[in-house]
Amino acid sequence: MSRRVRMGVLAAGLLATAALFVTAFLDMPHFGGAWHPYGDRAVQASVNRRTANTVSAVNFDQRGFDTLGEESILFASVLGTVVLLRQARDERTRAPRPGPVPAALRRYGLVALPATLLIGLYVIAHGQLSPGGGFQGGVVVATALHLLYIAVDYPALERIRPLGLYEVGDAVGEAAYVVLGVAGLLAGSAYLANVLPFGTFNTLSSGGTVPLLNAAVGLEVASAVVVLLARFLVQALEIEGGDGGKEQAA
Amino acid sequence: MADVLVVLALMFVAAAATAAVLNRDPARQAVVLSLLGLGLAVAFTVLQAPDVGLSQLGVGSALTPLMILLTVRKVRKGKGRGRE
Repeated sequence: MSRRVRMGVLAAGLLATAALFVTAFLDMPHFGGAWHPYGDRAVQASVNRRTANTVSAVNFDQRGFDTLGEESILFASVLGTVVLLRQARDERTRAPRPGPVPAALRRYGLVALPATLLIGLYVIAHGQLSPGGGFQGGVVVATALHLLYIAVDYPALERIRPLGLYEVGDAVGEAAYVVLGVAGLLAGSAYLANVLPFGTFNTLSSGGTVPLLNAAVGLEVASAVVVLLARFLVQALEIEGGDGGKEQAA
Repeated sequence: MADVLVVLALMFVAAAATAAVLNRDPARQAVVLSLLGLGLAVAFTVLQAPDVGLSQLGVGSALTPLMILLTVRKVRKGKGRGRE
């Protein structure tokens, strides 16, 4: 195909997409309107189950099965990364040399690390009450640990990060979600049904299974991100040599 | 007032996204991407979706740029070895 024909095909595709896009948007409710049929029903259902954060009620109760899928996507992609970024036969590892860290950066890390870690754990623990939850808090917790790599050095991060434990945490978080779903099945209604007592509205223990599923996701996400970044760090800092598989590909 | 914030946040997102595309150096792109993540987090928050804003803040402005920077480091190390 010549360049001219390709540009023609591209232009036709773009114009058709633009036309469909505009037509679709003409029928949508106006921006910022007061008519939210789905939102109203979701809030009602969430209040009935005494879950203060409606988004968590949707994620872990009304659409708990969707979240199992999303959690499994992260689990599977981290597993894939671990396999893909393993040390190849023609590669060797070398201990990374510690680099100089500016004193200001050290002080920043000293203050920011405990604060960030605490915020992450808070966001996980209050998933059923305030914005955030297992996913958001898990990412914060995992990135907080990596402030140690930025403010001190890589060996310091390795010392507080027994990777095997995080790999187990990743699997346990994923398994806990599946098993909690089965608990709903055994209790007599359906998979991932909210079978626990709902508790008092706007307290830590409210929402039935929501805080438990939320904690499972928090454990899974925090561990998964640590394992994921660990593979990237090992590749960037430790593994040397090899041709990146070019020879096999050729 | 809220609409002004929404428009400002969206304009910042559009500008940062364009800058990320036009930038050709991956290491600089990671920094611009981090700013873009921050802008999107603000946009989601002023659109009353703080849950999504928090996710965006963690993934878009911290995790993804860090992974890109580590990848750039790995690729540059490999290149340097090839030239020796």
